[in-house]
Amino acid sequence: MGTNFDLIQFLFGRLTLEAFPIHEPILIVTFMIVALGGTTVLGLITYFKGWKPFWTNWVTSIDHKKIGIMYIVLGFIMLLRGVVDALMMRAQQVLSFGDSNGFLPPHHYDQLFTVHGVIMIFFVAMPFVTGLMNYLVPLQIGARDVSFPFLNNFSFWMTASGGALVMVSLFVGEFAKTGWLAYPPLSGILASPDVGVDYWIWALQIAGVGTLLSGINLIVTIVKMRAPGMTLMKMPVFTWTALCTNVLIVAAFPVLTAVLAMLSMDRYLDTNFFTNDHGGNPMMYVNLIWIWGHPEVYILILPIFGVFSEIVATFSRKRLFGYTSMVYATVVITILSYLVWLHHFFTMGSGASVNSFFGITTMIISIPTGAKIFNWLFTMYRGRISFELPMLWTLAFMITFVIGGMTGVLLAIPAADFVLHNSLFLVAHFHNVIIGGVVFGTFAGITYWFPKAFGYKLNRFWGLCSFWLWTVGFYLAFMPLYVLGLMGVTRRVSHFEDPSLQIWLVIAAIGAGMIFLGIICFAIQIFVSYLQRESLRDVTGDPWNGRTLEWSTSSPPADYNFAFTPKVYALDAWADMKKAGYVRPRTGFNAIHMPKNTPAGFVISILSAVCGFGLIWHMWPLVVLSFVLMMSAIIFHTFNYKRDYYISAREVAETEGIRTALETDHV
Amino acid sequence: MQRKFILLSALFLTGCKMVVLNPSGDIANQQSNLLILATGLMLIIVIPVILMTVFFALRYRASNQNAVYTPEWHHSTRLELLIWGGPLIIIIALGLITWITTHTLDPYRPLDRIKPNQPVSADVKPLVVEVVALDWKWLFIYPDLGIATVNELAAPINVPITFKITASTVMNSFFIPALAGQIYAMPSMQTKLHAVINQQGVYEGFSANYSGAGFSKMRFKFTGMSESDFDSWVSSVKDTKEELTRENYLALEKPSIAEPVRHYSAVGVRLYDAILDRSIANNDMCMSPTVVANLQHLVTVSELTKGDSNGH
Repeated sequence: MGTNFDLIQFLFGRLTLEAFPIHEPILIVTFMIVALGGTTVLGLITYFKGWKPFWTNWVTSIDHKKIGIMYIVLGFIMLLRGVVDALMMRAQQVLSFGDSNGFLPPHHYDQLFTVHGVIMIFFVAMPFVTGLMNYLVPLQIGARDVSFPFLNNFSFWMTASGGALVMVSLFVGEFAKTGWLAYPPLSGILASPDVGVDYWIWALQIAGVGTLLSGINLIVTIVKMRAPGMTLMKMPVFTWTALCTNVLIVAAFPVLTAVLAMLSMDRYLDTNFFTNDHGGNPMMYVNLIWIWGHPEVYILILPIFGVFSEIVATFSRKRLFGYTSMVYATVVITILSYLVWLHHFFTMGSGASVNSFFGITTMIISIPTGAKIFNWLFTMYRGRISFELPMLWTLAFMITFVIGGMTGVLLAIPAADFVLHNSLFLVAHFHNVIIGGVVFGTFAGITYWFPKAFGYKLNRFWGLCSFWLWTVGFYLAFMPLYVLGLMGVTRRVSHFEDPSLQIWLVIAAIGAGMIFLGIICFAIQIFVSYLQRESLRDVTGDPWNGRTLEWSTSSPPADYNFAFTPKVYALDAWADMKKAGYVRPRTGFNAIHMPKNTPAGFVISILSAVCGFGLIWHMWPLVVLSFVLMMSAIIFHTFNYKRDYYISAREVAETEGIRTALETDHV
Repeated sequence: MQRKFILLSALFLTGCKMVVLNPSGDIANQQSNLLILATGLMLIIVIPVILMTVFFALRYRASNQNAVYTPEWHHSTRLELLIWGGPLIIIIALGLITWITTHTLDPYRPLDRIKPNQPVSADVKPLVVEVVALDWKWLFIYPDLGIATVNELAAPINVPITFKITASTVMNSFFIPALAGQIYAMPSMQTKLHAVINQQGVYEGFSANYSGAGFSKMRFKFTGMSESDFDSWVSSVKDTKEELTRENYLALEKPSIAEPVRHYSAVGVRLYDAILDRSIANNDMCMSPTVVANLQHLVTVSELTKGDSNGH
């Protein structure tokens, strides 16, 4: 410093021209594709004069329905990235045998499996379930929006900002090479001095704020905004699972925030929480990250259990079997999910009694989970099952998930885990439950509620293509990994010697390719359905003969969801109303009090992403500047008193009139 | 059902070498039996569930108007008891098995048998091996024999082995599937593993916990030998010139990928202990002349030990 003051370094920190991967052909091609795609999208928006509607209807929207859809779109975009990463890993493992080292050096491969895990969990699975909860919870409980609509928009943009940081790391610098949970000492400053782990930390910190706030928001919504008469035990199962999931989020995510904060202090401030020396203890990190990490997998799967419960009942044309035991099973899973974290590291050397305790608590979770499966089975029993797409996904889930559950219980037996831990058997297991559970559930949910959100059903042919490619692809991609795990193959390996492994990896790669085609078919399905929207149109708002309140609204629902807040007398409120001969009121509308759109959430999130970027590259002036701006934006927003408006009774009457006209036209 | 599964897995075994289900050491063998037993127990629930799913879906399809249809039926105390109670019984059985096997197969527990029906005789002294996971290779020190090797491990068959395991910089996992389950190797901490190999042969060993750029090639061969072969192997190692002094260790410790096999005919005093309490590159603990002499180039010793010189 002093006379040798380096302005460039002061402004740009660690960021130099070398951070741009201009020597890596794969990344150059990727960048060109992204740039081309991006320019096309931006060009199309400009051509169709879409910027203003995009800004007012989507970016600044505080409507839970719009935000829910944006979450799912975000999840889908990130899914494309995550699956391409997976295909590259599969290709590398097929090619890298003996003398051949494949096409990816460890430097690249190690980033791939890290970013694949991070993206799939935080930026695919989480947005999918959060999106479904956001869209559906207010509709299912007869509310007009969530409790804190602005916070909801802010949460979404924080999640998106975190995802954006991960994407930026592809072209500026690099991502972590540590595995998705970045265990120290490997993720410490000594073993990982570069920016990769910092990208990981700040992407998750920023996205984590979003997730936590959205958790609080949905809990308050469910607790405070249920329609009159909807007692807890009259809530739809999906709302119940959403409640439990958000309780888990609120209890678990602060642990992640804290552990990430400690790791960043180790990296930025030379503290010694998780270092090898000076009293640091990496085992503490492993414990803490899994105290968040295990509830996290239930955060993902519980709402999906809810999705399946709704779908099974609707398409079996029957009440859900064992609603009460379903609710208790959910609550039991919620509580137990906090008592099992140690099963992720039986091999760390805890005593036999400690390992046994956590092994047995883990197995106990399979009891309520099993009860759920049986409840779905007995809902189908003596039903009238129609094999619409959502139901097909549900059936595929039920068969696939029990296999994943079984291998999960195997892994929960410590002595067995010693030979399976970290192997491809483990990789097969968690893909089995996450794809077979969360992903199948998301597709089931999207095809089930799509007509609600957009007013027309999805094309069946392309849906079937997607369904079969996904299911068959899943079995081809992951059953070989079970075999490989039993052959003693460990995970995260980029090179093999034993040629007898190759055939299994080839099969797995074919399966992964089919899954990719399944995703493409899903995209085609959306596109084709849009083109055929007139013939697929649903004017009733209730295309599947549903049982819960969201089906009582129009498709898509009006901004205010319900012209009159429904009164609930029974479980499956809408089925009950239909049975009682409910007639939608045509007159007597009142003005409706609604929250107003605001760009504040978007602006604050972008600033926090910029701040994160500065922290990653040690660009301190940028950090200070963006932090000050961010705080100012927050303070400024608190002085924004124009947060609400009224939809006049006349407008409500008009909107409802259009629906009435549509309905009578089609009868 | 269980026999069927064993048959099925036997079929698989001939097709591909499923070392986890067909290992060569008594501990791994018990672990493999446990896997098969637990799978069999769970299949009691899993197979009916899968069959019921398919059967109910076909039987109660909307087009089958002959099937009974009870749209309002949603509760049955007897069924509820069954669907909670059935899995509960299985889990109680599995829980008991878990409690017992977790204790009998605890890696910290000294062996009491060599193989089924053959207890460890009182006069047998276990072979002690100190294992250090380095970036990215394995160092094996045989303290009682005074030798050390890199990326090669050997042991006589039917003799209990006691592994003491640590690491130099980051976490790894010490795993020889044919011998026994894995256990983490962690810097400044020691884990233990007791095992025995029952059949002669060359087996794969590797790190089962990702540890950085050289991880994929962090492999070694583990050879189970007859007593006499082992003795001659030991004397061949003793014939090599190289010794594992602290100086040599500090050079070896530097990150390297796909390191060839190395033999050392002697090992520095308390080398493993110094690695374990991470005092190998410090002068505050031991007054070994090698270490003092090495203080000069400490800073350049390794990227990864840089932090240690702070404050000493």
